[in-house]
This record gives sequence, structure tokens and C-alpha cells, in this order.
Amino acid sequence: MNKPILGAPDGEAWDTGAGSLGEVDRYTAVGKSPERVDALKLALGKGTYADDVALEGMLHLKLLWSPHAHARIVSIDTREAEKEPGVRCILHHGNVARIPYTTAGQGHPEPSPYDTFIFDKKVRFVGDRVACVAADSPEAAARAVAKLRVVYEVLPAVLDPQQALLPGAPVIHDEPEATGLPGFDKARNIAAAMDVDHGDVEAAFARAELVLERAYSVPYQAHCALEPHSAVTWLDEDDRLVVRVATQVPFHSRRILARILEVPVQRIRVVKPRIGGGFGGKQEILLEDLPALVTLRTRRPARLVLTRAEEIVSSRLRHPQLLRWKSGVMKDGRLVAQELEVLANTGAYGAHALTVQTCTAGKTLPLYRAEAYRFRMKTVYTNLPVAGAFRGYGGPQGFVALESHMDELAGMLGMDPIEFRRRNVVGPGDENALAQALGEGKEGPPQRFRSCAMQECIDRGMAAIDWARRPTLPRTGTVRRGMGMSCLMHGSGIPGVDMGSARVKLNEDGSFNLHVGATDIGTGSDTILSQIAAETLAVPVGKIVIYSSDTDHTPFDTGAYASSTTYITGVSVKKACEGARRQLEDAAAEMWRHRGDACDRAALFVKDGAVCRPDGERLSYADICLSTFYTHDQHQIMDHGSHMSFECPPPFAAHFAEVEVDTETGGVKVLKYVAATDCGVAIHPKSCEGQTEGGCVQAMGYALSEDLTFDAAGRTLTDGFRHYKQFSSLDLPEFQTILVPSFEPSGPYGAKSVSEIPADGPGPTLLNAIADAIGIRIRELPITPEKVRRAWLAKQAEEARS
Amino acid sequence: MKIELKLNGKDVAWDCAPHEFLTEALRRHGLLGTKRGCESGDCGACSVLLDGEEVPSCLVLAAQAAGHEVTTIEGLGDFAGPHPLQKAFVDHTAIQCGFCTPGMVIAAKALLDVEPRPSEHAVRECLAGHPCRCTGYVKPIQAVLAVAATNAGGEAR
Repeated sequence: MNKPILGAPDGEAWDTGAGSLGEVDRYTAVGKSPERVDALKLALGKGTYADDVALEGMLHLKLLWSPHAHARIVSIDTREAEKEPGVRCILHHGNVARIPYTTAGQGHPEPSPYDTFIFDKKVRFVGDRVACVAADSPEAAARAVAKLRVVYEVLPAVLDPQQALLPGAPVIHDEPEATGLPGFDKARNIAAAMDVDHGDVEAAFARAELVLERAYSVPYQAHCALEPHSAVTWLDEDDRLVVRVATQVPFHSRRILARILEVPVQRIRVVKPRIGGGFGGKQEILLEDLPALVTLRTRRPARLVLTRAEEIVSSRLRHPQLLRWKSGVMKDGRLVAQELEVLANTGAYGAHALTVQTCTAGKTLPLYRAEAYRFRMKTVYTNLPVAGAFRGYGGPQGFVALESHMDELAGMLGMDPIEFRRRNVVGPGDENALAQALGEGKEGPPQRFRSCAMQECIDRGMAAIDWARRPTLPRTGTVRRGMGMSCLMHGSGIPGVDMGSARVKLNEDGSFNLHVGATDIGTGSDTILSQIAAETLAVPVGKIVIYSSDTDHTPFDTGAYASSTTYITGVSVKKACEGARRQLEDAAAEMWRHRGDACDRAALFVKDGAVCRPDGERLSYADICLSTFYTHDQHQIMDHGSHMSFECPPPFAAHFAEVEVDTETGGVKVLKYVAATDCGVAIHPKSCEGQTEGGCVQAMGYALSEDLTFDAAGRTLTDGFRHYKQFSSLDLPEFQTILVPSFEPSGPYGAKSVSEIPADGPGPTLLNAIADAIGIRIRELPITPEKVRRAWLAKQAEEARS
Repeated sequence: MKIELKLNGKDVAWDCAPHEFLTEALRRHGLLGTKRGCESGDCGACSVLLDGEEVPSCLVLAAQAAGHEVTTIEGLGDFAGPHPLQKAFVDHTAIQCGFCTPGMVIAAKALLDVEPRPSEHAVRECLAGHPCRCTGYVKPIQAVLAVAATNAGGEAR
């Protein structure tokens, strides 16, 4: 076991560096897959989502969205709209406070530029906010929106990130208030920038025997959470603002709302009900400001739910990137230098503009050992829809480049692509070379990999897909087959930043209320945290009553993002429950002492919902609670825990695919997909499988079929499910998930994260499989049939010439 | 306008606007299991059974349901007695965010009612109109097939 390298007091106190897979067999709740705590109510269709409330007198909001990619608002005439029966409130830049902020739901201070206003005098993409109407019915609101008369001064627009950087390009954020971190340069349309060198990059490239440089391109992707962004707001009986919102970040929402609405935090309660999927799209303070403002002005409940088209055009998307990867390698297959340059497009606003792109480097570059690394990045504004957080957070983009590049390097060296990777991939004890340089808008804590079962992931994935068949696949004729693979790593939380907390209290039937700030958005975290509590308190999962994320009633949590909930909040639950367990043992010892039957406190242990003595005597939690409530030594047995980690242990994975390519149509069919993942100890294995399957299928759409297209004026053409093609149940290949165990000493019961790493794999894995099938290296997503067919025809033409 | 229909086995009489869609009418009457995911018939979250056939209730006017039989997710089962499909989705961890689940369960019921032992392909086809961004479909397909396996050639409940 490698010793922890970190001297963080919190980490040290909790993390002994001990623990091994051997102890997993003794777990009673962790490592099982009990029925998820919320599954039955969801199967029954109970109304638990944000929009499942209808309040007396509730107003309905509709927005007017910009028809122009770039324009100044000369005037807004609301007189006709106001005459529409049922209209109660119209909001626009002329009647709301002008406070710069970022919609990015990140910790304070957010490392994203403050370049957004509730409403601005300028619109910066087709689909930007212009004005909002609140009326008695959605129909009345829509009619009034149509009657708003807006005069625009249309400005030249720039839709291409490379052109946005050119001198003389339209300046998208020319407002004086916009500010950002070092690198932010609004005059040049730069939302974020970073240059990092680790080691002597020039010397390393000079020493390399071979150098390969290639460019890759990845597009926008829409989240397509089935539940649209939704918020309902009202004033409670104490005149406090209640915000019921589909969010991954209720505490960030409260903090940011308080600032932009100019209402004290204590006057706001943000409630996260059940969430219908987030994937990063709801790590954003996207819409709750508007119903909240309407409620504050009209004193009536207010509701805003986006339509599907609004959801695609006007919420958030995955950042498109142009990537240039350059590697220096020795002829024996040893990597010596790695260089990545990224030009990312953040659209009209810079939500997550810096950190998504630093993660592009942070998840990919350190995966393979090298003597030196270089990262150059610019995130630029364009007059296109806005990018933000999306599952994988830069990783899916970066791995397209890295893992395509690794195959290309192996080809150049004449080496087997797997052997080449095995030779260079990091292992236990290696340092994460870039952890410090790529912190969350500041220097990050140093990192060293501890749990790492990458080699076993490769072994087991190869066996599952039967990699030995690869040379025998049909590669002649019209329909050809190929296999590809990729190696991946991600993170678990943002080290030094993400904090989760929990509170647990005992009830007189031996059950426990568990209150967490963590946000279950469909990931299963309510169940996983209940399992951790049950394991620590030695009770069945059914004895845990969990309540999550309500800023009035649960302690703080940064939120459901950065693959942090199991790893960070899980430890806070464990700490709280360990405290409650100590109190239970203390109370039992006191009960026995009071009865004249004193015992050895140190010998007490908990089992099956009771405090036990080595001589077989036991006191049930129910009896202890009744006694401590009513009879003797009265007090409430309860405790709380908070956790932050300076470590960020990556899950590792190896993905494998077999594809069939039709050279006549260009169509690609995924026949089989294998994802072998080391997520530490899987707290709820079936949920870990579900995260893997869902994340991979989502990313197969990114790789093959999802294509957000725009016309020359910047209008989104694929703004519905009919044209924006996700993978369906018919597209799903034969799928195999393999959970490869390891024990992460800094995680709860050995666990690491699992939810984002699946999204990193399908892009490069499928690109590599297609290259294997037809001998053509495509370096751009989505891999549409047109692209494959064109590349095939170009290859035929080239072969005919030569 | 006044409409009468049989909803989840009970006769009901509703006041509806002539242009009101069935999704809205159901939700207005507290049947919140019918979800709004696109309101254009592309996501299946609002699926209900109309005379036993799956329809997207966002494209059906409430008035069109007059005189017909409508079954929503609430009509299939409850906490005390979930439908075998609801139970199977729970048991197979086929539910993540749960927003698409009612639509998928309704679609699967429509299939199993006419084809109690469908092939895997038939199950995939039946769920194809139900985009799910969470599960990747693996476990929902398993759940439906598991219920089908218990149908010994007979009719599903």
C-alpha cells in the first residue's frame, strides 16, 4: 500500500491509508444492490418532480428569445402585451437590476467569467433572453410574448471560434462590467485561457526519436435530460421565497440567487425535488431567477418550464473543441513528451469556460507517463448557443484526441495498440503530473495514484470482447468489421474544493433520519448514501429514511457534479454515522451501568441494530432510543459529518468495441461494446452498471448520431428529438459491463466515482474500431454516414491514382 | 366542453377546453405520472393506453378520449400492489431518474397484452419511441423480458 502523500488534517484524521478488498466480504449493506429507495414511487408515477405542483394563483412564464445572433436592443415596447388579459408582470433589461454573474453552478468564487445579466441590452445568440411575461395561463403568456415589440440594431456575428480570435472580429462582450480570471480577454473574445508546461518540453521533444502531431474536432452535444429545466416559486407563510427547482446545485442556486435578486440568503429556501436527469445541464442557475423575480414582484406563485426546443437551444451544451495533439516517442515505444492544444467554443457566455477545458487536459495528459507535458488552451466566445457542464466535463473531448492519437502512434511504431498503452499507462504509486497546475481556477493539491486496476481492466475487457478475434474479422467486401479500444481515467470530486455534509438522528423504532445536502438527480445517490449509513450503523438499508437537498432542512453540499457524491458526501455520511454509533455505545454503556450491570465500554460493538457485549448481552437501538428520549440520561442521539478531500482518486476504465461499417452507405453499426471499469469498491453494483451503460450509450450518440447544426444566421436547425438523434433501444449494441474491483483507501468503504468515466470512452473507441475496419482514420465527431462515405470515396480515389 | 370517459377503470366526467390535450387534462386532474418531455410526440414520456393501445397523450385531444377507455401509469398498480412490470423495473434497477419510466412501462404493457412472450427485438422496438438518457436501455429491456418470461403463454395482467 502506498502511503498517502498528503498532509491535509481532515484527510489524515479520516483516512488511515488502511483497508483492502479482503474486508469487502464482511460488508452487509455495501457491495449489494438493494432496491433503490426511490424506485417504486417512480415506477408508480408519483408526482415528485419540480413541475408536479400546481399552486393557487400560480403565474406561468414565457420568454421572448432573440431572433438574432448578435444585436443591440434599441427599445422594447410592452404596451400591447400588457393589454393581453391575464398578464401580470413583464420583465426585461429596463426593469431588472444589472448585476454581472455567471450561471455556472460552481463553488464560491466561481472560476467562470461574470459575463451574464438577468436581462441585458444586448443579445448574443439566437435563443438569448430578451424579455419574460408572467400571466394567469401559459396561453396568455405566449400571446403576450408575441405582442412584445422589440427594435434591434443587428450587429455582425461571428459563429466560428477561429474567426472569433481574428483582429477585427465582432466583440461579443463589450460591456464594461464583464470580468474573468487571468487569461480572460473580452476584447479578443477570449473567455478563458491557460498555458501550462510541466518539465522541459522542448528538450523532451528534441530527445524523442519520433514525433506525431494530429488535429481532432469534436462538436456540441445536447444533454437531452428528459425532464426539461423547471422551476416553481412562491412566498411561504413567513414571506420567505421558496424555489422548487430542477437543479443539481441547490446551495449554489441559493447563493447566486441571493446576489442577483438582492435578497438575503436567509430569506431564500431552495428545494430540490426529484430530478429527471441532469448530466451537467442542471449544474446551472439557468431559469429560477425569473419565476423568483415574478414572485417577489407579484407575490404570487410562478412557474417556468422550458419547451424541448428551448431546452436544446437556450439551456447549455457540451463545448465543441478543436484539439491538436503532439507526442514525442522513442522507437521502443516509450512516450517522452505530450503536448495538447485546445481551442474551445463556449458560445455566447462563458459558463464553465475555464474548468471544462482544464479537465480536458487534466483527465487525459497524465494518463500516460512522459518526461514533459504542455497544455495550451483558449476558450472563445461566439454568437452560438452556450456551452457548459456536461457529464465528462471536457473528458469526452480530450479522450477523442488522446486515444485516437495513441492508436495512431502505435501504428507509426508498428506496435500493438494495447501493448503500447500498457507500456506507458500510469499505475499505483505514480504521480498525477499535472494535478497542481490544473486546479479549479487556482493551484490544485498534488496527487498520487493509489488504487489503480487499469491493467486488469484491459485484461478483462480483452477477454470479454475476445480481442484475439480481431485479426480474423472480415475486412473485405462492402460490409467490414473492426475492433477498437481505449484507456480512460476520470476523477472523484474536485480536490480541495468539494464538500459534502450529512446529519443522522435516531428514532424510537431503531430507524434513522439521514439528511444530506447531496442531490440525487437519478444517479442513485440517495440509495448509495443510505447503504453507507446502514453499513456504518449495522442496520438494514430499510432502517434509513433519507431526505436530501433542501437548503432549509439539510446541511450543505456543493452538489451533484464532478463525480463527487459517493466519494465526498459518502464519507460525510460515514463520519456522521460513526459519531452516532459512538453515542449509541455510550448510551448503552450508561444504561447497563445504571442497571448495576457495568460493562467494558471499549469491548462494545454494534450488530443487527443493537449494541452488543462480548458476553452476548445486547440493547436494541429502539430500546436505547426510548430510554434516551424518556427515561434516563435524556438526549437525542444524533451526529453530523462534513468531508472534503485533497485527493481526487481517478476511476480507470478500458473500453472495447466491435463495429460493422457499410462502405456503400457509410453507416456504422456498433455490434458489441465492453466497458471494464475500476471504480474502487462498487457500493451498489447494479447502479454502477447502470451508470456505465447509460453513460456509454449517451456517448455513442455523441460519437455517431447526435448532430447539432446551425444555419448561416446562427439558428439551431436540430432543435427537437426528431432531428437531434439520440441512441434508442434499437441502436443499443450487445453491452457488457465489467466492474473490476480495487480498494481506494481515501474513499468510503473503498469506493471511487463511476458516473462520468463512461462518457469518455465511446468516441475514441468507435473511431479506433472504424479505423480498424476500413483503414481510414476519422478525426472528427459525429461520425456520420456522410463523413464515412466521403472518406471512403477519397481513399478509393487515392488508391486509384497510386 | 364536457367529456365522459373511462379512466383507469372508473367513469369520469371532465370539463375540458376543446383544444386541451389529454396530457394537460390528466395532469390537471392530479394524474402526474404522465410526463411532459417534448410535447411533440417524440419522447413517449406522456404515453397512456387508449382502448389498450399506446398513444402519446400530448398529441391526443382530451375530447378525442370521450367515450373511450384511458389507462395511465396510476391505473396499473399502487404501493400495495405494483404491476409486475413496475415491480420488474424496480427489481432490475431499470429506473434512474425515473422520468421516462411511466411511459416505458405503459409501452411494455401494451406490448405484453398482445404479445405475452415477445422476442428481445420486439421489446427493443416497443421501447424505441422512449428515449432514456440515463439507463442506456440495458436494464429496462431486461425488466420487460423478465416479465415476459413469467408469462407462460398466457396474458399479462
